[in-house]
Amino acid sequence: MRTDAILPADPRVSRVTGRVHTGSIATGDWLDVCHHAELEPERGACALVRGQQVALFRTHDGTVHALSNYDPFSGAYVLSRGIVGTRGDTPTVASPMYKQVFDLRTGRCLDDPEVTVPAYPVRVRDGRVEVALP
Amino acid sequence: MTAAPSRQDRPLIVAGYGMAAHRLLTALGDRGDTRPVVVFGEEPHPAYDRVHLSGYLEEGDPEQGARRLRLPEIDAPNVTLRLGERVTAVDRTARTVTTSTGDTLGYETLVLATGSAPFVPPLPGHDLPGCFVYRTLDDLDAIRAHAQANPGTGVVIGGGLLGLEAAGALRGLGLDTHVVELAPWLMPRQLDAGGGEALRQHVENLGVTVHAGTATGEIRPGPDGAAAALALADGTTVDTRTVVFSAGIRPRDELARQAGLPVAERGGVLVDTHCRTEDPYVYAIGECAAVEGTVYGLVAPGNAMADVVAARLTGDGTRGPFGGADADTSTRLKLLDVEVAGFGDPQPDGDVLDVTYADPVTGVYKRLILSDDARTLLGGVLVGDGEAYPALRACLGGPLPDAPDKLLFPGGADPGAGLPDEARVCSCNNVTKAGIVAAIDAGTTAMPELKACTRAGATCGSCVPLMKKILDERLTATGRTVSHALCEHFPHSRRELYDIVAVRGITTFSQVIAEHGSGRGCDICKPAVASILAGLRGGHVLDGEAATLQDTNDHFLANLQKNGTYSVVPRVPGGEITPERLIVIGEVARDFGLYTKITGGQRIDMFGARVDQLPAIWRRLVDAGFESGHAYGKALRTVKSCVGSTWCRYGVQDSAGLAVALELRYRGLRSPHKIKAAVSGCARECAEANSKDFGVIATENGWNLLVGGNGGFRPRHAATLAADLTTEELIRYVDRFLMYYIRTADRLQRTATWIEDLDGGLDHLRDVIIGDSLGICADLDAAMERHIGDYTDEWAATLADPDKLRRFVSFVNAPGTPDPSIAFEVEREQIKPVLIGPDLEVVRK
Repeated sequence: MRTDAILPADPRVSRVTGRVHTGSIATGDWLDVCHHAELEPERGACALVRGQQVALFRTHDGTVHALSNYDPFSGAYVLSRGIVGTRGDTPTVASPMYKQVFDLRTGRCLDDPEVTVPAYPVRVRDGRVEVALP
Repeated sequence: MTAAPSRQDRPLIVAGYGMAAHRLLTALGDRGDTRPVVVFGEEPHPAYDRVHLSGYLEEGDPEQGARRLRLPEIDAPNVTLRLGERVTAVDRTARTVTTSTGDTLGYETLVLATGSAPFVPPLPGHDLPGCFVYRTLDDLDAIRAHAQANPGTGVVIGGGLLGLEAAGALRGLGLDTHVVELAPWLMPRQLDAGGGEALRQHVENLGVTVHAGTATGEIRPGPDGAAAALALADGTTVDTRTVVFSAGIRPRDELARQAGLPVAERGGVLVDTHCRTEDPYVYAIGECAAVEGTVYGLVAPGNAMADVVAARLTGDGTRGPFGGADADTSTRLKLLDVEVAGFGDPQPDGDVLDVTYADPVTGVYKRLILSDDARTLLGGVLVGDGEAYPALRACLGGPLPDAPDKLLFPGGADPGAGLPDEARVCSCNNVTKAGIVAAIDAGTTAMPELKACTRAGATCGSCVPLMKKILDERLTATGRTVSHALCEHFPHSRRELYDIVAVRGITTFSQVIAEHGSGRGCDICKPAVASILAGLRGGHVLDGEAATLQDTNDHFLANLQKNGTYSVVPRVPGGEITPERLIVIGEVARDFGLYTKITGGQRIDMFGARVDQLPAIWRRLVDAGFESGHAYGKALRTVKSCVGSTWCRYGVQDSAGLAVALELRYRGLRSPHKIKAAVSGCARECAEANSKDFGVIATENGWNLLVGGNGGFRPRHAATLAADLTTEELIRYVDRFLMYYIRTADRLQRTATWIEDLDGGLDHLRDVIIGDSLGICADLDAAMERHIGDYTDEWAATLADPDKLRRFVSFVNAPGTPDPSIAFEVEREQIKPVLIGPDLEVVRK
């Protein structure tokens, strides 16, 4: 029997992340995530940072971008598994679910300008990837 | 009889439901007409394509045959179809019709579209059992049943267009076929003596015996009272149990005669150029009508008549009366695999110039007839090579766009833009070059749309290459490029990219985009190039850079489902599985809490796996002897089968055994789109091979190979590529079919549209993979051998490589943590996904 088949019933526990809301989280802190080398060039990976799913993307020149992993069109946490590329000069990821394309820098959906997913500040320090969450 | 409603409320009644009536309904609908229409069709079937009647018999199953000939369904609330019911009498005073069921119905307007009946010469024995006509689906059913019960020889009386069609049908039914023609050569109405001789040569090469220039004496019965022999006037006797009359048609004008309407001297309801009879409320169209005394036995004039009536009834002034090009009896068709075309007057009187080319070796015969000043094309004949037909027919009655020799020979000038505006490109639907250009200028840029909006090319299809040429030229001329570009990163089509990668020996996406593209790629070009590289270079899909190109399904070697989980499908070749392996699948699904479902491809899909569970699931499956089923890839999926002759009382070949062999042969083959296949052990077709990219149906003598079928959004029926093949031949042709498809199809193009887009369609395909017309068969064969030799199971290789396994985690910074967003509830004793709203705000401005 798999345990994750049971929904958490406690309203203080996020149904999505399993995170317990116990108080406000400090914003602006740089949070250590992983080694830069753990990110495959021109591909995404998902990190669990303070209970939030953060999609990290490493582009061909080594730049790292961070977006929410949540795909607003499908309601699933999958953006990190999309194909990374470019549209014009814009670095992009295409949702693996229904293929809408998002700007890796801003989270703006290029196929539906009304939709934007959260983009997070991200930096590389001493070979480690760090993000700042709100 | 009930009181007649007021005349304004009465329907338009159409007596007869063949191609002309169908066209009338379509033409009325196109003009937005919503008056009530009642159509009486004598046959139990809706209108069907009588031009391609022999296609019906090429399908083993009558239902499939009928589907192949089906015309677009008329789905308008104002139209009532009454099938299996015929108008038996017309009362012009009361304006009512009486039908075969005894019903009486008032009409506002009556359109006679009763068609024609085959002419059966009153020879002794013409009505013996074993004698047939060739007109309706019921006729064909009767011919098939009789021919199957009486194998041996079959004779067609009449060597015209329809007679040769019928001969093709008899030959297809396995009869030793003879054709008897009274005139000195075949197709005397369309061809001259030279063309007729060339056609005879082709037809005889196919094993059909031609008796031209001789009349039939009598048909003699055998001891059972059925036809047993045919005696010809020249003294020859042919022993035959099957005789098909195709000696011309007679218009069915009996309703007009009964109603006291004038008929033409040689039959046919006499109408004016508006297709109206003497009675202003009665029209006649199609083969039952004699427009100013002339009966036309072809589809195109019938369609023109339907258009004339529709325009008149709706007050549409844009369609004038019947005349001029409407009466064009030009024909191009493929009879018994020979291309035959005649246009204009093949045997004109007076001073004319003749340009003739005859090659007795290849049996190609071409003749152009020009006015004596060489300025006007009067007619012509093409046998064995009809490529020039659409352009030539369009020039009929006008000047040639180029020197005759250039027009007659392949590689000559392409007269697309050179055609005058009024040239008729599609004669079946009367579409001029100007009409096509107008549609292009209104924004149409692709062939399917162009066909849909102009209706050109939608009937016999012979003008499609010319349409394509006009489209390309017009788009280029107006500065709209004909874009075959894959995406913004490559100006090339998939096929062009394939050639580039092949010829340049390119091995990575980085190299191909650096040298031949721009930017960094996208979700369109990356998987497309990955597929090309897989086909040409082999190797694992997750090797090095290739891994980054893959869609998530190929990236995790599983199928993404709506909640971010994946499903797992092990290969079950041919749908054949041992109890032990079934138990393993059950145990794995149970232990990992997966939802299980039997798929349409005869295997088992397990749903609800997280990416981090996939390696453990596959470890268990691989240990039990399973391999990847490639359900996640644009690749061969399954070869479905029935149990075949091993178990089934009706099976004639070992379909399951062949399906297993084919699935193992082509497993792992990456392609422009998914490939599905099936093998049926008899003509009952339980494996549904007709809806597959390639399907195999067992016959007493071997296997029939069908290609180009699919289910899905636009279901397509497969067409027969070759019949009665040995297993060895079958495998060779499938090898080549698949490799040629992989090399030349567009991205995400299934085999059906790929074949449609091939210049020459199925015939071209047959030429390439059976006749080796491009000289590439050895190359295709070698490519398939390489694929088979290089095959390894993707999942076994992944499990053996820690580098490849590293990506199978939900979180890069917390590899052991499962994704908490994935949740399930229980329905019908199994899990089902629950999508939960986001924790994070989505900004919708």
